[in-house]
Amino acid sequence: MGQLVVETTELTKRYNGFTAVNSLNLKIEEGEMFGFLGANGAGKTTTLLMLLGLTEPTSGTVRVCGMDPTRDARDVKRQVGYLPERVGFYEDLTARQNLQFTANLNHMRRTEAEEKIDAVLGTVGLARVKDQNVGTFSKGMKQRLGIADILVKEPRLAFLDEPTTGIDPNGIDDILKLISGMGKRGITVIFCSHILPQVQRLCSRVGIMSKGNLVADGAIDRLGREVVAAGKFRIEAELEGVGPDVIAAVRGVKGVHEVDAIESTLIIAAESDLRGQISRAIIESGALLLGMKVEEYDLETIFKRYSSEA
Amino acid sequence: MYAIFRKELADHLSSRRFLILFSLVLLSAVFAIYIAIQTIRGAVSPTSEFIFLKVFTTSGETLPSFLFFLSLFIPIVAIALGFDAINNERSTGNLSRLVSQPIYRDSVINAKFLAGLAVLGIMIVGVVAIVAGLGIRIVGVPPNGEEVVRLLAFVFISIVYAGFWLALAVLFSVLFRRTATSMLASLAVWIVFFFFVAVIAGAIADIAAPIDAGATFEQFTRNASIHGNLSRISPATLYGEATTGLLSPEVGTLNPAQFVMSSYAGRMANPLPLQDSLLLVWPQMVTIIALSAVCFAASYIRFMREEIRSF
Repeated sequence: MGQLVVETTELTKRYNGFTAVNSLNLKIEEGEMFGFLGANGAGKTTTLLMLLGLTEPTSGTVRVCGMDPTRDARDVKRQVGYLPERVGFYEDLTARQNLQFTANLNHMRRTEAEEKIDAVLGTVGLARVKDQNVGTFSKGMKQRLGIADILVKEPRLAFLDEPTTGIDPNGIDDILKLISGMGKRGITVIFCSHILPQVQRLCSRVGIMSKGNLVADGAIDRLGREVVAAGKFRIEAELEGVGPDVIAAVRGVKGVHEVDAIESTLIIAAESDLRGQISRAIIESGALLLGMKVEEYDLETIFKRYSSEA
Repeated sequence: MYAIFRKELADHLSSRRFLILFSLVLLSAVFAIYIAIQTIRGAVSPTSEFIFLKVFTTSGETLPSFLFFLSLFIPIVAIALGFDAINNERSTGNLSRLVSQPIYRDSVINAKFLAGLAVLGIMIVGVVAIVAGLGIRIVGVPPNGEEVVRLLAFVFISIVYAGFWLALAVLFSVLFRRTATSMLASLAVWIVFFFFVAVIAGAIADIAAPIDAGATFEQFTRNASIHGNLSRISPATLYGEATTGLLSPEVGTLNPAQFVMSSYAGRMANPLPLQDSLLLVWPQMVTIIALSAVCFAASYIRFMREEIRSF
């Protein structure tokens, strides 16, 4: 178990009676890629703002890198990079000048900053246009510059709020690669999104927000089993010819709860991954087994289920 | 804070907005000085003191004085530099990025205000220096020590006055999300203070203390007193009074009633000594400083308490 870099207890934010975040308990370990999911207005951005000390919690506590972001705002911000949903740069300055300004605000020495800026602009693929005004950049380029803006300050933690909104598929691919690169550098990433395949591709663990509540928190495959199959494995077996004796044989396997036949496919609910035992039972009963698979849970199913529940 | 200050200063000085306004101010200053010198040459009385200061305050038949131009342009330039200070950062999405850097949040607004004030200071000092230089060159009368001190006090009060309008514009840029709204709001306040307050004060004074054909001396002074005191709601009036007191030593009083009295009596006061002039404009100076402080404090508090979202 790594060190906790984010820890909230009973974190709550209300705006004039509207509860944006309700008793949030969230723990994120150093080096994790955490996917923060939720529909628009579910409370993701508000949570991020509280983690950054940009807005004060109504009640509850926040610790980021062991510090309180409201009281030690400067120390927290030194360790956290934030990419807001609608990031902007000074359009009449060049990419390099914009990053230089960020470096100045972080009190980096000039020579050190220049080397670093060239390096990160290379990383995000903007080395060729580094002396062009940001006003001439496309949305995708600006977003990549936003990632460079985070990398310049070498943070321990990065908060990315919907970094792929409004970007074409190639651009999205570039950005996702950069985010995954951040993880490889050892930066803990909180990736906010409502675009599920992207989260699924990057993150091992997700938290799902719905109407201010954290309705689910855990590894994607575990959440899937919990939600869709009530904690059971769903195994599909394709046979050539289904008879009652096959079904009976499969039912007889220890750990199998239910068997349903739909045409020539058996749908089996089991306690664990019992593909080996089940295939033997089918073959021993004399039927022909064509294929077998454990159902994978995609985030969309999980997400919809949780969103509708809350 | 220094990093933001330096960037803002560079932005202002290279912005087209500032270059246009600065050229305009410069042009009007040169015109005003030309007219003033023509007028002074035509009507030089050998006894008059403070000829050098007259360069700043004399108006011609068609063009007003340099002082008038400056009191007109200071608010405009200050508003132009401040009206989009915060809300433009917000609408371009820079503000979220800025406040997530390891700086104190107030350094954003402090640096922006100070950078604007520095630019205004450079402009005022520059224009006054140019006018003074031309005055010495053309009139041929160098300023004496007292005139220099009066001029320095005038520059100081002008910068403070500029600070008031800048603080007001910054306040609107914090209060309003859209830059167009904050600009219109600043300009509206300027128009009210500059044009309407005196007119409305006059109307109220005429209702409260009407002057008819057979008005007595008391009625005149009462009317003038109400008019003058109501006009002082406007910082433009205060600035006008302060600069008049500083640059026209022969003005012995800023009290409207006494002013009427002295002109009624047909008496022209001797020029006030420097110390007395400073005492005379002291209340005006303090009020302008206080108004600037109030405006800036309001925008500071509002900005510090605000939640900054990127949308």
